[in-house]
Amino acid sequence: MNDLVATIIAKYNYWIYITLMMAGLYAMIAKNNLVKKIVGMNIFQTAIILFYVSIGVKKGATIPILEHAHGHGHDAHQAVHATDYINPLPHVLMLTAIVVGVATLGVALALAIRIYNTYHTLEEDEILAQIREE
Amino acid sequence: MSQQYPALLVIVPLLSALAVAVAGWVNRKWCFPLAAAALAVAAWSSVGLLFRVLHEGVVIYQLGGWPPPVGIAYYVDHLNGLVLPLVSIVALLNIMASKKSVEQEFPDKICAFYTLYLLMVTGLLGIVVTGDAFNLYVLLEIAALTGYGLLAIGEKRSQLATLHYLYMGTIGACFYLLGVGYLYIVTGSLNMVDIAEILPDLYHSKAVIASFIICMVGVWLKMAFFPLHAWLPNAYTYAPSASSSLIAPLVTKVMVYVMIRLILTVFTPKFAFAAIVLSDAVVWLAVIAVVMGAILALAERDLKKMSAYIIVTEVGYMVGGAWLGNRIGMTGAILHIVNDALMTLCIFLVVGNIVYKVKGYAFDDLPGLFRKMPFTMGAFVIGAMSIIGVPPTCGFFSKWYLIAGAISAGRYDFMAALLFSSLISVVLFFRVFEISYYEPFGDSHGHDDRSGGIDEAPVTMVVPLLMVAAILILLGLYTDYIVNHIVQFAIPEALV
Repeated sequence: MNDLVATIIAKYNYWIYITLMMAGLYAMIAKNNLVKKIVGMNIFQTAIILFYVSIGVKKGATIPILEHAHGHGHDAHQAVHATDYINPLPHVLMLTAIVVGVATLGVALALAIRIYNTYHTLEEDEILAQIREE
Repeated sequence: MSQQYPALLVIVPLLSALAVAVAGWVNRKWCFPLAAAALAVAAWSSVGLLFRVLHEGVVIYQLGGWPPPVGIAYYVDHLNGLVLPLVSIVALLNIMASKKSVEQEFPDKICAFYTLYLLMVTGLLGIVVTGDAFNLYVLLEIAALTGYGLLAIGEKRSQLATLHYLYMGTIGACFYLLGVGYLYIVTGSLNMVDIAEILPDLYHSKAVIASFIICMVGVWLKMAFFPLHAWLPNAYTYAPSASSSLIAPLVTKVMVYVMIRLILTVFTPKFAFAAIVLSDAVVWLAVIAVVMGAILALAERDLKKMSAYIIVTEVGYMVGGAWLGNRIGMTGAILHIVNDALMTLCIFLVVGNIVYKVKGYAFDDLPGLFRKMPFTMGAFVIGAMSIIGVPPTCGFFSKWYLIAGAISAGRYDFMAALLFSSLISVVLFFRVFEISYYEPFGDSHGHDDRSGGIDEAPVTMVVPLLMVAAILILLGLYTDYIVNHIVQFAIPEALV
């Protein structure tokens, strides 16, 4: 039992992202309203962004800015201890992924507006009923 | 100049997309020539690149001069050397063929359409040319987002169908991203070749296995592999002809390429077929995909949706062939990427021509078309023969390799599925031939155009279509050359 608790606590970042991801997936599958589905999709994407951000973190490390890197004299040649700095690469990758997420959200909402203009509702079952009637 | 081909491929369509958007404000007539010229440059560069790969072997292009694994590198070997010309030539032929249909279907959106078209081609070419796993994700989303735009221009139901595609496409891309994240955790690298060098010590790590499966599921979602195919038929059917004849041939095939690239280069066949026991199950899924795709196609009463279900079947062929785990099956799968893209282009261009003239693609709209549009329907016969697999069209040869691969892997169920779906294709297409050849003219709309005679689509639509039909036969005749000089080297020697 203690082992289980220890595993859960030690890897809590993974549990959080899985929970968020499943919440998003649930919304996409179970909700009837198109905008709610789109929000679920966005939660799904955000979960993966959180996952990436969390894997760059190191205990006791700081942001990856070298204070005297361009300084003159002996400072410039000091060795950099990678353990002192969090890994910036996953964070940089996620800047791109956030942009992609925003673009996807924008396209999805634009489509939802077009659908609303056509069918005058955002509830999926009502739209499908209208399509069947045609 | 020839040193810069890998960058030109992506940069020229990307910058031209912006130029087209600007030119559209000034004069709408400039959009088409600009877009076509950009695609011609991309096609020229990709063909040049293929010849360079044939002479020199693998080409690695370091963007900005940063060497991998720090910088992003474009990695071109025989596999994507073959797929790049395919993507750019299909895009070029389609933009030529669809000019009139764009002007007819949405004259007020020409400029936006060509901008999205070029961005989409940029994304697809980028996916194929890149050697960086994360870069691939970004380009995947560029291709997907522009694809949603292109599909949603269509008829009334297209927006809802596209939204469903968007949900599934986003989940697929997110899964791929998650898989890359796990790979990054264990290897610390994003460069495909670099990852492949680090991985062998980690083949039994659970993170690597999870990453492989998650990536595969993501890619299968994107390529509409059978249980995950539900978004495809509606999205492709209700789209405008010009969009569906770009997206239907290319998107699923490029995703099959991504799957094969992941198996061959990133994870290596040793891991995918030996270290984990997955291939049997995937070939079973492919068998179901092939059979179900064929049966669902049989249930349709319109030409475009039937063709969309045929894509689901063809995806089953390629996934199954790739996962047979032997050299012949993989050869068949790679060959089928090329052949199927052109076959699908042929069929969807025919649908585009029919829609242009008849304003519909249901079976009820087809009667009398052989007399009315002889050239279009002639090309349709060649495309249909190729999908059925009649020699000397190219479809026969890739199917031959797939069946030979199935036999040498001892998977007679997959062989049976291939033969079954070929028979179903015969029924599917001969039903269309029968309706459009024998059934009397224009009775369904109540007016008789028996007096009509030949009323063919415009020359600019028919000539590219006939070129595609000719390519289908030429590819069939030159299969031997393609296999021995290109596909042969695309598959690592470890795979026997």
